[in-house]
Amino acid sequence: MAFEVPKNTYNGKIREITLGSGPSALKIGGETSYPLYIFEGAVPNKVKIAMEVWDTKPDDWPEAALEPFADVIADPVAWAKKCVDAYGAEAICLQLVSTDPNGANRGADEAAALVKKVADAISVPLIVWGTANHDKDTEVLRKVAEVCQGKTLAIGPVEEGDHKKIGAAAIGYNHTVVASTPIDINLAKQLNILLGNLGVSDDRIVMDPTVSSLGYGIEYCYSVMERVRQAALTQNDERLQFPFICNISREVWKTKEAKQPTAEAPELGDAARRGILMEAISATLLLVAGADLIIMRHPEAIKLVREVVNDLTG
Amino acid sequence: MALTGIQIFKLLPKTNCGECGVPTCLAFAMNLAAGKAELTRCPHVTAEASAELAEASAPPIRPLTIGTGDRAVKVGGETVLFRHEKRFENPTALAMLISDTIADSELAAKLERAKNLIYERVGLTLRPELLALKCQSGDAAKFAALVDKVARGSDFSLILMSDNPDVLAAGLKACADRRPLLYAATPENADKVAALAKEAGCPVAAKAPGIEELGNLTEKLTQAGIKDIVIDSSSRKVKDVFADQVHIRMSALVKKFRPLGFPTIVFACEMADNPMKEALVAALAVAKYGAIVVLSDFQGESLFPLLVARMNLFTDPQRPLATTEGIYEIGNPNENSPVLLTSNFSLTYFLVSGEIENSKVPSYLLVKDTEGLSVMTAWAAGKFVADAIAPFVKKSGIADKVKHRKLIIPGYIASESGGLEEELADWQVQVGPREGAHIPAYLKAWKDA
Repeated sequence: MAFEVPKNTYNGKIREITLGSGPSALKIGGETSYPLYIFEGAVPNKVKIAMEVWDTKPDDWPEAALEPFADVIADPVAWAKKCVDAYGAEAICLQLVSTDPNGANRGADEAAALVKKVADAISVPLIVWGTANHDKDTEVLRKVAEVCQGKTLAIGPVEEGDHKKIGAAAIGYNHTVVASTPIDINLAKQLNILLGNLGVSDDRIVMDPTVSSLGYGIEYCYSVMERVRQAALTQNDERLQFPFICNISREVWKTKEAKQPTAEAPELGDAARRGILMEAISATLLLVAGADLIIMRHPEAIKLVREVVNDLTG
Repeated sequence: MALTGIQIFKLLPKTNCGECGVPTCLAFAMNLAAGKAELTRCPHVTAEASAELAEASAPPIRPLTIGTGDRAVKVGGETVLFRHEKRFENPTALAMLISDTIADSELAAKLERAKNLIYERVGLTLRPELLALKCQSGDAAKFAALVDKVARGSDFSLILMSDNPDVLAAGLKACADRRPLLYAATPENADKVAALAKEAGCPVAAKAPGIEELGNLTEKLTQAGIKDIVIDSSSRKVKDVFADQVHIRMSALVKKFRPLGFPTIVFACEMADNPMKEALVAALAVAKYGAIVVLSDFQGESLFPLLVARMNLFTDPQRPLATTEGIYEIGNPNENSPVLLTSNFSLTYFLVSGEIENSKVPSYLLVKDTEGLSVMTAWAAGKFVADAIAPFVKKSGIADKVKHRKLIIPGYIASESGGLEEELADWQVQVGPREGAHIPAYLKAWKDA
């Protein structure tokens, strides 16, 4: 049998982006082949996992998700430190849930002060995630950018509707932009072009394709991510050659199946392990689709996904 | 290798009789090459040419069925590397391993649990299909006894596992009418296992170290007259299995390399040291090209997410999943509960119903058939406008369930509220939030009076 292993041919490369600064800066991206295809190209940076911290005590997390953080859940600074010290988080994502105008509607100054405190308390890169309300995010993230000058944060979600003001602040105070678009390759490309036109440097952009949980539309982002990678790597589309950041845990843990207690749905098995697996399997699918950095919640789920990442690319 | 139109033309009678429906043999050949015609339309083609053409037009990855009856499972038949290119055809079949050293009580419990792990989701039934029965004892009689018990006690399709052809033969005898998958033919036992499979008309798994030797083995089996083959490259390291799966799929589809054009089997149960990790390995195999995945056990907490992952990835990207039209009761609503309306795109339904549940406000959700389109798309297509919604609300029967006459419509179709109030004279139309995430706050503030 004359047999030769077939190979894809690539002519593009994903940009390598550095998050944070100093000794704990984190490099993501840089791959020259399809996700995890180490047999076809270079995958210089393993997929990274950031742990999420909320800026306010969550009131709708199931027991399994709360338990690891029970002692720090009301103190974002302590929570972030625990993620780094106890669970070895490589980055932290501070979710500014309390700034939501439809919720607690916390003001920009207060939010920015908290971000600064968290940033000062940890040595790993910090990602700051708003509420996707354009007006409010503009107000909050601009303030955050200013107060945290020198921290090289990643701030988002930066969408077409608010990219100018938040993008300008990111340029002014030297932060990275999380370019966020609703599950669409053309919109993703468009926003990256707009950010470039605005003057955001190409080494300060990461892409958020908008992800959803297993069972709640993950196949849509999965395919959009695959298509983006095809365009970036095999058609050398320069405006799509940015690493993916996937904010998945909050999507998983808000689903009915991740929350239902064992007694209420015995056919779904043990509630804690089910929640962990729903998060870890969602993350696994995103790995396959091309995620470079995944924002996760449960330490057990993170441990499992790290093992798979190491197995595949270690 | 697929033939070009010209290559096909050479095999046709070249009489231009026109009986196939197109004027010339060349035109017919072009249609065949493009997959737009069936060879049977030509009444004059020779048997020889017909065989050659059938061989050339066979699917690049052999589709085959394991088992019989209700739980028979089809694997293989894949035609693309990425789901957005067309769709993935046959969902990865999930198997649970059972060894013949298992205690009777444990076996009964496992079979009972497997039987009960069935989930309904968007009108689909999600359940595993296979039991992989493994001869660990080395004792053919003991193995046959297990196969017999399982075959009589369960309707799952079966995989019989042993390297020893005599053991396989004993197992096969105990479930001959169930069309099990024989695992496995190896370079050492291929002749005997092939004979066994051929006699019983069963699919057979080929197992060889590495994909090159695997290709040699499938060629040998093919020459022995076996068509339904499943392949195992013998790798058990996650990294190697991942690479093998990609290489096998690409060889079959890109290179049209027949010896690897078969569905694969992945033993997640031998690739992890705990069930949680095993579930992730299985998910990887579902995403990247495993046709059958064998797990060490079926447990709700891992099986459910895997079944959902499989459903998601094997959904046809061209045809969104839709929920059945009707009234959905969430949280035991009563005659004073709010009534919300949405479209039947399954994601819309999941999001909206999930947020209603989060609100803890018992409610009725009216789901209108919009052919699987989301609210905005359906509205733009004229399928979610007053003229279409009003008759649905009338015939849905919701008026018999609630005393009030207030209908909450999605914020995105606020412009339909006037038209709806005209069509539904006794109803008051209320415009709800645009985003699902704002539903809980809206419902908590909602009053029926």
